[in-house]
Amino acid sequence: MTLLGQFCLWLALIASAWGAGVAFAGRWRTRPELAGTATASTYGVCAALLVAAACLWKGLFAHDFNIEYVAQYTSRNLPEYYVFSAFWAGQKGSLLFWATILSIFGATVQTVTSRRHAELMPYVAGITNVVVAFFILTMLFAANPFERLPFTPEDGRGLNPQLQNPGMTIHPPMLYLGYISITIPFAFAMASLLSKRLDTGWIHAMRKWTILSWLFLSAGITLGMWWAYVELGWGGYWAWDPVENASLLPWLTMTAFLHSVMIQEKRGMLKRWNVGLVVASFLLSIFGTFITRSGIIASVHSFAQGNVGTFFLVFLILITIASSALLYARWPLLEPEAELESLASREAAFLFNNLALVGIAFSVLWGTLFPILSEAVQGTKITVGPPFFNRVNVPLGLFLLALTGIGPLIAWRKASAANLQRQFIVPSVTGLVVAVALLAIGIRDGWALAAWTLAGFVLGTVGQEFWRGIRARVKIHGESVLLAFNHLISRNRRRYGGYIVHVGILTYFVAFAGMAFKVTQEVTLSPGESAELKSPYGHTYRFTHLGVSQYDQLNRWVSAASLDVRKDGVPQGRITSEKRQHKDSFGRNTFEPSTEVGIWSNAREDLYVVYAGSVGGTDRATYAISINPLVMWVWLGAGILIVGGLITMWPGGAVVGSRRRTGVEAGYQTPLTDAAIGSRPEGAGIGS
Amino acid sequence: MSVGRREFLRLAGGAALGARLAPQDTAGADPLFRPDMVQQRPNATTADNDPIVTEIERRLKCMCGCNLDIYTCRTTDFTCTYSPELHKELLALKAGGAGPEAIVTAFVAKYGEQILMAPKPEGFNLAGYLVPGAVVTLVGAALAWVLLRRAGRARRDAALAEAEAAKAPKAQALRVGSPDAAELERLREALAEVED
Repeated sequence: MTLLGQFCLWLALIASAWGAGVAFAGRWRTRPELAGTATASTYGVCAALLVAAACLWKGLFAHDFNIEYVAQYTSRNLPEYYVFSAFWAGQKGSLLFWATILSIFGATVQTVTSRRHAELMPYVAGITNVVVAFFILTMLFAANPFERLPFTPEDGRGLNPQLQNPGMTIHPPMLYLGYISITIPFAFAMASLLSKRLDTGWIHAMRKWTILSWLFLSAGITLGMWWAYVELGWGGYWAWDPVENASLLPWLTMTAFLHSVMIQEKRGMLKRWNVGLVVASFLLSIFGTFITRSGIIASVHSFAQGNVGTFFLVFLILITIASSALLYARWPLLEPEAELESLASREAAFLFNNLALVGIAFSVLWGTLFPILSEAVQGTKITVGPPFFNRVNVPLGLFLLALTGIGPLIAWRKASAANLQRQFIVPSVTGLVVAVALLAIGIRDGWALAAWTLAGFVLGTVGQEFWRGIRARVKIHGESVLLAFNHLISRNRRRYGGYIVHVGILTYFVAFAGMAFKVTQEVTLSPGESAELKSPYGHTYRFTHLGVSQYDQLNRWVSAASLDVRKDGVPQGRITSEKRQHKDSFGRNTFEPSTEVGIWSNAREDLYVVYAGSVGGTDRATYAISINPLVMWVWLGAGILIVGGLITMWPGGAVVGSRRRTGVEAGYQTPLTDAAIGSRPEGAGIGS
Repeated sequence: MSVGRREFLRLAGGAALGARLAPQDTAGADPLFRPDMVQQRPNATTADNDPIVTEIERRLKCMCGCNLDIYTCRTTDFTCTYSPELHKELLALKAGGAGPEAIVTAFVAKYGEQILMAPKPEGFNLAGYLVPGAVVTLVGAALAWVLLRRAGRARRDAALAEAEAAKAPKAQALRVGSPDAAELERLREALAEVED
């Protein structure tokens, strides 16, 4: 199997190198048959890498411990679903996973992209083949997943207990899918520069890929937060760790691109900026992998460090030089077709939105790299942790939240004073009402107050947009409110899907602000003893230690400590936290004991109980008990965001399709009343 | 096997402390079936939950390589041997009468500046704090300035176009049907909304 896997890697390397070579040569020499070969090569690369991936999975499930990777990350008694996810538990497997998925994307994009963009496709094939070839080269010369050991151990080392969590079966692939799929928009951007087809064609061709990539990244980041929350046991979900920061960077630049691309589509502006954002997103995805895999920055998450840093650095430098040179060469062809006319315009709001997003990306990157810079300049090591990131990024984040509400309220090109006044009243009053209500109930934390007030403002904006559209449909078409809501979204998915995404974002902010009111206590209790903790909502929780039970389960020995919980004297049930000592198949302890947190979640707060350990080898237990407000809203926010994102990319609902269906000609004859404006889904909106 | 003076004192102190605390620690509790399968912890004390202590610990980094602050590490990674020791050291300083700033200063003096979770905002570190905000502010100001200039230019161009249009009133009237200013404004706003 390893021989076949190894052979397939070499085959894929040759095919991808050939594909890249003929793609560029074919276009350069204007020989379409060569360009066609490049497209075909993407399928060959994909097939070879799928076989290689199957070989590694076969090795994992067959417990072939002669394969170094299998011995390193699995054991005979590892549950099968974790054997499956061990594929991406280490660096070597991650690289194979990355290359395989990219080859699948590369082949898919060749299949599904419209023939209208045929001129771009050989270059797209060439770029994806170059990136795939880089990953295969890295594997073959620095991190080969099929490397054999000179002996065969009786059993493997097993999987890190922290990775034995359902979240880890889905979080890394989701994040990788996000990182990997950025290659496709990057390939289209490079293809447009190489082919000099710099109209909006390349943007239309890769729009859904961009949203897909952004959705994968969003889901991957949130799943990572969920994993950190339920598995690491520190009671939070974001620690500004370099690995977390690395995943946030391309997400921020992609978000900026998703906004600024609308200006290019609508007004033919920001062409250079948009190409720059796509290139930056791709480079940041590679950079993130470089800093976390090279070990230049310490991270608690770096489960898969190795010696591939040099490869990534060289690739990063080469791609930066190549893409910058190409952008410079095409600079004159990327002239804007229009100019901004007013500071009070949607375009200006989007520009400031881009400024905030890229500014946050810069500050995160700056903070992540500042320890290296400081050591180089001052010669002293410093730490840049959460207090730094919070101080720098919270104001920028709130500025961004405010713009989330302001942007949709301002008209394109130029908004009049009357228009602004009419648009801002409802959202401003909503925000003000929220602020007054919060002050009335005694909220005094400035940042939380600001976040919730702005969230109210954004909700007011989105609510107003939906309400106006629904009201118009009800008046014109006589539809029920529910039907009007449904039609409003389905006729202009990009616009209203985008608003739903905004609701997801404001939900995140509401939840983040809730953590300012977290309470924690460490207690030691003998069976029957109790401790009390006051919730930020004013309730008193009473926790009574019931005891510790110990038992064998799967590949571990479990010590489970339980607490009886009462809220203001009313019994709530029992909450249990565990210590797990993992064992290999010979019963020998592997790794240190890990923690399984006991979590009760509701819309208001989470009870978060961690069994810290036993006192003197008895069932007297030390617990860390926390009450974390509004955490559930982080996960709900992600759900809302993903639903909104899926709506924006769902096929149909665009102006062309609607016109075709209804036979309505371009232009309109209805009088321009408020009602008629609201009822114009066919021609209206950013999705048109 | 030779034991150094410091090591001897540490072992002897630990043994004495263990002997003193052990009977109290486990009062009213039964032994576990497999105590070796779970971490052993000392009793949590009032000092462990002291808001001043936890506040200071949140400013200081655990040196075990976890990247977490001392408080988070000692209440999370129960396998860490560093954070409990740093916690004890902090409690000893506090018991000795040191205030929060004095404790932080003592830790920096002993472990270096990297023990701080965020660098002190002084000297070169100021760049760390100020550069992101300064860049965003400068770029934002430049953006606003450019936009205002372009808006002014657009207004001037519009005024010129209007003046030229006024020179040919008949043709203009024929094309647009002589809309009044209010009607034009209403149309412009309506179009802007449609374009949303």
